[in-house]
Amino acid sequence: MTEASDPLLELHGLRAWFPVRSGVLRRTTGHVKAVDGVDLSIYPGETLALVGESGCGKTTVGRAILRLTEPTDGSVWFEGVNVSALPSAEFHRYRQRIQIVMQDPASALDPRFTVRDAIAEGMEAFNIGKDHDDRTARVAELMRKVSLDPETMWRYPHEFSGGQRQRICIARALAVEPSLLICDEATSALDVSIQAQILNLLSDLQKERKLTYLFITHDLGVVRYFADRVAVMYLGKIVEIGPTERLFAEPRHPYTRALLASVPSLDPARRRMRPAALGDVPSPEHPPPGCRYHPRCGVRLPECSLEEPPAVRFPDGMSRCVLARQDSDALAQ
Amino acid sequence: MSAPLLLLENLSISFPAEGGRVRVVEGVSLSIAPGETLAVVGESGCGKSITALAMTRLIPRPGRIEPGSRILFEGRDLLALPVTEMRAIRGARIGMIFQEPMTSLNPVTQVGAQVREAIQLHTRASTADARRRVVELFEMVGIPDPARRIHAYPHQLSGGLKQRVMIAMAMAMKPRLLIADEPTTALDATIRAQILDLIRNLSESTGTAVLLITHDFGVVNEVADRVAVMYAGEIVEEGTREEILANPQHPYAQGLLKSIPRADARGRRLEEIKGSVPRPGQWPTGCRFNTRCPHVFDRCRIEVPARTVVSPTQAARCHLVEQRSRA
Repeated sequence: MTEASDPLLELHGLRAWFPVRSGVLRRTTGHVKAVDGVDLSIYPGETLALVGESGCGKTTVGRAILRLTEPTDGSVWFEGVNVSALPSAEFHRYRQRIQIVMQDPASALDPRFTVRDAIAEGMEAFNIGKDHDDRTARVAELMRKVSLDPETMWRYPHEFSGGQRQRICIARALAVEPSLLICDEATSALDVSIQAQILNLLSDLQKERKLTYLFITHDLGVVRYFADRVAVMYLGKIVEIGPTERLFAEPRHPYTRALLASVPSLDPARRRMRPAALGDVPSPEHPPPGCRYHPRCGVRLPECSLEEPPAVRFPDGMSRCVLARQDSDALAQ
Repeated sequence: MSAPLLLLENLSISFPAEGGRVRVVEGVSLSIAPGETLAVVGESGCGKSITALAMTRLIPRPGRIEPGSRILFEGRDLLALPVTEMRAIRGARIGMIFQEPMTSLNPVTQVGAQVREAIQLHTRASTADARRRVVELFEMVGIPDPARRIHAYPHQLSGGLKQRVMIAMAMAMKPRLLIADEPTTALDATIRAQILDLIRNLSESTGTAVLLITHDFGVVNEVADRVAVMYAGEIVEEGTREEILANPQHPYAQGLLKSIPRADARGRRLEEIKGSVPRPGQWPTGCRFNTRCPHVFDRCRIEVPARTVVSPTQAARCHLVEQRSRA
């Protein structure tokens, strides 16, 4: 981890709200607060995992960074520049440096494009490579890099397996030489033996190209193996940030504890999983008042339903819980 | 050991393809004892879901169960039963839940009524009695405020609650066997834990046996008593939960377990299984894993490996395991 250097990417108070329209006049009657005030820094060369359950807003964070969803409020800083304030023509320049690999490689690839064209598309958009032949040579090089046979570059995506298609998507993202790669559930649709191949590939590429990863996932097994730091998201807010090993060993937020307790064990000597969070995740349109986790929390206090807990900072991270404040006071003494 | 509740013998299932029928499941034999939880694990396309469907004769056309297959449930040959008798077993003696509860529920009918209809399909219970039973069932599967929730439509319930409704429906007739096909795959981690806990508790309290279809070894470890590992339409290894997780013998089972990212592998490369799963009809001759196996030798490419018994409860189909057991 490189805490000493400047962050590659910073999110300040990021919000992404989606209007809810109803009635015949389709008037806005409320908002789904998918992302509701997210502060996050990602440092060069690290892998930061953004974890949470469906609907917590983790995918929208990734989309807001790329401005595929325009943020409602807050800012995105990349290499020290507020890219969320740039006119879209200027943002285009930065877009090259931030690439994304998504969950479903089948829908991420245009079925009418050959693999060569799919990988070269970004190079053309960003004027990388001298000419058509040079780009074709680069595509061949990239395909070798992700363990695909360059001879197959004139084939179409449907001729490849799921794992191979994900390799094509990774090659396409790398083609424009990004510094930040957002992996949004990039291995979730793959079988476990194929997932291992893709994780190894991502790990090799990171070492070789000094890539920074924002790894958006719900799979805590992958996070524990792969990430340097973890940010846990719940109903539009980050509730805890910390280095992976500490966070898994000593989670500070009750929601993190519940998430970790729900991971099945692979050790036949012990069955460990227990349901620790009560009930269901509430709708992000009507988040509970106070701490958003309090209706499901096993250790809630009376004040938790009244007041939103502030982010309590620790030397190695953050926790948004009143109990964390007590821990932090104890640490200070 | 008591007589098995369910016995599959030499089950083969085929679908038409170019140039004749292709067997997607071949020669699968399995047994489940009363009250036992058996997990069938494997990657996509290995034939685990279609095997589960075959047990209640729900193979979609034009698929068919091949002659020579046998399915015995409570001593009766299900493949020889008339359709009406099969219907009486399905949903009553054998309950079923699937991965995506939304597609199994009727979107325009209240969930309580759907469960009630399932009860009235199999009993002569009056509507009032059946309704009371639904409330009891909803309570049993942990649906909060059951008297009100029976009036909800599926879209008004979360994924976890819908899966609880499906479990209530599957358990309504006190089945002896519950077939659960990836019941928690579409659910979030905290909800998955709740649902697995529920299935585990219901099986213990009612003595219902469970056939769990999954791709997730973590789920296997949390709920299974015994495990069967499937690859390319065949069972390649079976054993107790402890045997398969701690001491797998088949190179595929070993490879699968090693490729799971674990905490103690941090900073190291994951072990991969090279290549990808071959499609049905493109399975290699000899051992079907021979194109991906790190220990492959000549015999594997020629001869189909026989089932080698490793312990009273563990067996694998692998030439290497057979050679080792002879030595």
